[in-house]
Amino acid sequence: MIASPDARALAMGVVPGMTVTKARALVPDLEVVDADLDGDREALRRLALWAARRYSPQVASDPPDGLWIDITGCEDLFGGEIALAKDLYRRVRASGLAAHVAVADTAGCAHAVARHVRGARPIHVEPRRTVQALELLPVSALRIEPGVAAELVRMGFSRIEQLIAAPRAPLAKRFGRQLYRRLDQALGTLPEPIDPVVASEVPRATRRLLEPIGTPEAFEQVIGDLVRDLAAQLLAKGRGARRLDLLFERVDGHVQAVRVGTAKPTRDEPHLARLLNARIGEIEPGLGIEGMTLACPLSEPLAPSQADGLASPAARGPDLPALVDALANRFGQRCLYRAAPRESAMPERGVDSIPALAPPAAIAWEDDLPRPARMLDPPERIEVTALLPDHPPRLFVWRGQRHRVARADGPERLHGEWWRERGAEADAPYTVRDYFQVETLGGGRYWLFRLGDGERPATGPMQWFIHGAFA
Amino acid sequence: MRQPAAIAELRAKIARIESVGARHETLPFGVEAIDGHLPAGGIATGALHEIAGSPDLSDDAAATVFLAGILARTEGTVLWCLRWRDLFAPALHLAGLHPDRVIFVEAGSDTNVLIAMEECLRHAGLGGVVGETGKLSLTASRRLQLAAEQSGVPAFVFRRASPVDAAAAGSAATTRWRVRAAPSEEMGLPSLGRPRWSVTLERARGGDPKHWIVEACDAQGRIALPAALADGPAAAEARQAAA
Repeated sequence: MIASPDARALAMGVVPGMTVTKARALVPDLEVVDADLDGDREALRRLALWAARRYSPQVASDPPDGLWIDITGCEDLFGGEIALAKDLYRRVRASGLAAHVAVADTAGCAHAVARHVRGARPIHVEPRRTVQALELLPVSALRIEPGVAAELVRMGFSRIEQLIAAPRAPLAKRFGRQLYRRLDQALGTLPEPIDPVVASEVPRATRRLLEPIGTPEAFEQVIGDLVRDLAAQLLAKGRGARRLDLLFERVDGHVQAVRVGTAKPTRDEPHLARLLNARIGEIEPGLGIEGMTLACPLSEPLAPSQADGLASPAARGPDLPALVDALANRFGQRCLYRAAPRESAMPERGVDSIPALAPPAAIAWEDDLPRPARMLDPPERIEVTALLPDHPPRLFVWRGQRHRVARADGPERLHGEWWRERGAEADAPYTVRDYFQVETLGGGRYWLFRLGDGERPATGPMQWFIHGAFA
Repeated sequence: MRQPAAIAELRAKIARIESVGARHETLPFGVEAIDGHLPAGGIATGALHEIAGSPDLSDDAAATVFLAGILARTEGTVLWCLRWRDLFAPALHLAGLHPDRVIFVEAGSDTNVLIAMEECLRHAGLGGVVGETGKLSLTASRRLQLAAEQSGVPAFVFRRASPVDAAAAGSAATTRWRVRAAPSEEMGLPSLGRPRWSVTLERARGGDPKHWIVEACDAQGRIALPAALADGPAAAEARQAAA
């Protein structure tokens, strides 16, 4: 039997489930490799563990070829669900695997969309659009037995919307409860907890609770205990936490997770507890939480250090790592940065973003070049009255407003970076710019530029743009 | 006669309650005409200050560099909370604020900027905290002012694209500044001289509004009065006051 044909074999008509003899008849020079189902399962588990380290504490493998990743509460670290999905897709592709990625409100919906909507990019089903996303998919997308799906199609139910519209009782009687359980799971009316994979070597602390709890104060108490246990484990290993996962197990079996990251390895108990406490508001306790687990999937070596308990806060200076972590966990790691110079001929590429706590770059931009304080990105088109070829503008119209130029300085010619974009930029538009600083009658100073060198049309169409404003 | 002593004591008490520039240091501009006019002798740390440009982009740019000049003379890390990325960091360096000292926080919205500012202001020892926002409610300004008093960090709310003639809404800020670009000196050359700003102190707790024309920050973030004006209007005003 054929287990999994590759793309070229598929194109020649070989499908899974076909006997090898029949496939050989279709493609005489077919190369057959024995399927290694255990090996595949193990590889999938390893992939799940990788995803659990990188993306979310709640990852489960879905044999034979799927991964569940519950990214609720984790997307902020990547700058949103879409950014997370793109990152996942890019990395899986880079490792040589073909992948389909879908983000949706329910696991069932994501499962169906990832497998049945064609596309070379991660698919993002917007919140509360689950029904619309599912409607047009075939019933086989519902994770039901192939026999049941075939039977449904024979009865005329080819799409899920028909199934939603049909009366439930007769179909449930005929096909059993499984059909509607899958449908309800996909629509989100039935919960579907996932069973996360766990790497055994990860430091973790668990508290089972005698009575379910649901108040923020109680959560803080338990978090304090968990952090103390975990910090002791980390100290014994000589490591500091870079990422923490806190799992809340609800009495109805649903597991909710929050993930926090730190900019530097730490095992400072109050700091970690503060980061976790700030996220309590995201938890829906429902009827109560009966167990909490704190794990540290990512840690780095951290040598024990002498606590300077005697110095006052003012003498110690601000606790920057704590502040940076608090802000990064609220707004996302990418929204916190320092600016550093980058070698580039184009001013807009001359600023690099480096992590907020990176060691001081100790270099800065050249002081002698005037640069605007506010940048327009992308530059905006303006209408200009100027004497060609090299005179500064006399008047320009920007956003419907006329600005009369009193004084001007320039031009400062900037050439494109021909070494970028495989040399294409050397002749592409936006490559040769003549910059002018102008001062309007009111005193406002703007940065204008003209595209093109005025001789070769390929360098630019001689249009004027405004790129920013000076102090 | 114990009355003057009692009154002085009461005044000190009120000052303590209101905590006007008493407990924290100040950041002088280094320009006598401005520092002498401010009740604290400069920009008070541990207090909230409002800075505005105008809907003109060049005025907001001037206000940005004015602010960078104030912060260049502080010590410690500066947290600059933005709504989105339109600030061009090299300009801050031109005003003396080294890029290693500034951490940008891209908060995405007015509300998030205020949340980020308050979080930053809980940490003592920062060089300053800046938040760029469109609106600032009275409640929000009170919260920031209290947080700044607690930590002793100077806090600046930069009102982006703030209309010039709008009725000033109530605010708990200690000072409110409006910085706009002004025509620079005619040099007789077709090139640009040192930029000039029209700096207006629109509100100061315990002081009066006033207006100056200043020359823009140099590489150390110091502003200056134009040479020709340093005596002119001020002397004229003094003569008027005397008359």
